[in-house]
Amino acid sequence: MSTTAPVDVTSGEPNIDGYRSFRLGEFKFSRDEYFVYVEWPTGKHVMSADAFLKALQRDVAWQFFYGIVNFDGVVGTVNHYGTVDLFAGRYNDVYRKAELDHLENFDTSLIKATFEQMLDDWTNDGFDPFAAPSETGSAFGIKNGNNRAAITRHRVTAARMVGVEGDEGLRTDDNGHPVNRHFLDVPQDEPQKYPEPGFENELASFNLFAYLSRSQVTWNPSVVSVCGDSLYCPTTEEYILPIIHGNDRVEWFIQLSDELIWQVEDRDSGSARAKVTMRAGDVAAMPADIRHQGYAPKRAMLLVWENADPELPSLISSGLLPSVPVEL
Amino acid sequence: MTKTYTTRFGSLADYEKGSIDIIDDDPTRYAFSNVFEVAAGARPYEKVAVGKNRQYVVEAIRAEGTSEWRTAPHDEFALVMDGEVEIRLQKLGPDDIGPTAERGSNSLEGAPSGPAMGRVVAGRGHMTLLPVGAAYQFHAERPGVILLQTQEGPDTVLRWADIIQTN
Repeated sequence: MSTTAPVDVTSGEPNIDGYRSFRLGEFKFSRDEYFVYVEWPTGKHVMSADAFLKALQRDVAWQFFYGIVNFDGVVGTVNHYGTVDLFAGRYNDVYRKAELDHLENFDTSLIKATFEQMLDDWTNDGFDPFAAPSETGSAFGIKNGNNRAAITRHRVTAARMVGVEGDEGLRTDDNGHPVNRHFLDVPQDEPQKYPEPGFENELASFNLFAYLSRSQVTWNPSVVSVCGDSLYCPTTEEYILPIIHGNDRVEWFIQLSDELIWQVEDRDSGSARAKVTMRAGDVAAMPADIRHQGYAPKRAMLLVWENADPELPSLISSGLLPSVPVEL
Repeated sequence: MTKTYTTRFGSLADYEKGSIDIIDDDPTRYAFSNVFEVAAGARPYEKVAVGKNRQYVVEAIRAEGTSEWRTAPHDEFALVMDGEVEIRLQKLGPDDIGPTAERGSNSLEGAPSGPAMGRVVAGRGHMTLLPVGAAYQFHAERPGVILLQTQEGPDTVLRWADIIQTN
């Protein structure tokens, strides 16, 4: 039997707006009706509460994801898969040159527990940080209840493939996944299966596009099929990716429907590199030395393809592997 | 005012490729291609890699007519991006050659000798498991496109210079 040691989260009493403040090492976090304030020994930063909670939600749900999760151009986290760096200004050329940047490393359990409590305390009733702007209430105002059901929703991680017996199930009206308003025209037909006797449970096939049309959330890659370390993580996108993702490995995008625009920057300095416009059928790699943020005018289906090999970050950072996927 | 949204998928006959606008980078680093464009220029059932991450690949396959029987030492996943594809599945028998490489799929000389598992008729957006231990054959009456999640094998075609945006 294994047990998890309790983690001591450092937080204060509710302020005049009803929100607790939190401390992680020398970082301090607080919020009021509209804004979140982050302070560290050499500086301070302010973000919209709405933007901060959307970024925080993804960092928590993704367990700090692959590489860097920039909440904006100043604050973010770096996943070392067991520990996590929390930084301010470290990946911002101006902050670094002014020596105003700051970074601390924490056990994943501590920063995860702190971020979870912060998200729980600062998310009001009616605001869903995973939802598209048109499909949720406001993040602003004085403290008003919570939205625990939304911020702790199940994240799909198929062991083999969605729809395989005993694996993640399909989405239906009956299990709370109606077709999204932007995907009402997506066919909902399922594949026709003709199993031979004795193989009724071994033919596995499902309508991925219908499955995605029923996603309740945006910008949340979730595993639907697994081939070794090769993970298909499709997601539906609307409005703006609430984080700027800095890669520690090559990541691939395959556009399944509609259009996305990616702003690509240098991972470490933030200087502009490229703009990638992707339409249905387009495939693009994100090299391991960039960061990217997506824009979706209409809800779109994107297949994010990841290689989960834990050796990749060290192989790339040590120069044993290139930061690009192919060399001509 | 109400608005009706139209979801735009692609097909061999109708796709609109995007692009990379370079500010300060080399476009080849993004290996930008389009699966419909690649499949349009491919032979039936040619396995052209459009994504590669070490040993793992995503292949664009033009489905047209009947493929050979293939098998792999691991699961593979076929996502139909255009058209309708019948996927026939059959267990390998003890005398079948089976997988010949550590990764990826290889062709068999004929149909496997194990019991038939059945068939799946898959349309656009349908994803099908091609399970380890079985062989599979594709059949398409009209040209279609399959996106295959697999590992690089002896028949994976790598022709990046022909398919990606270079300037």
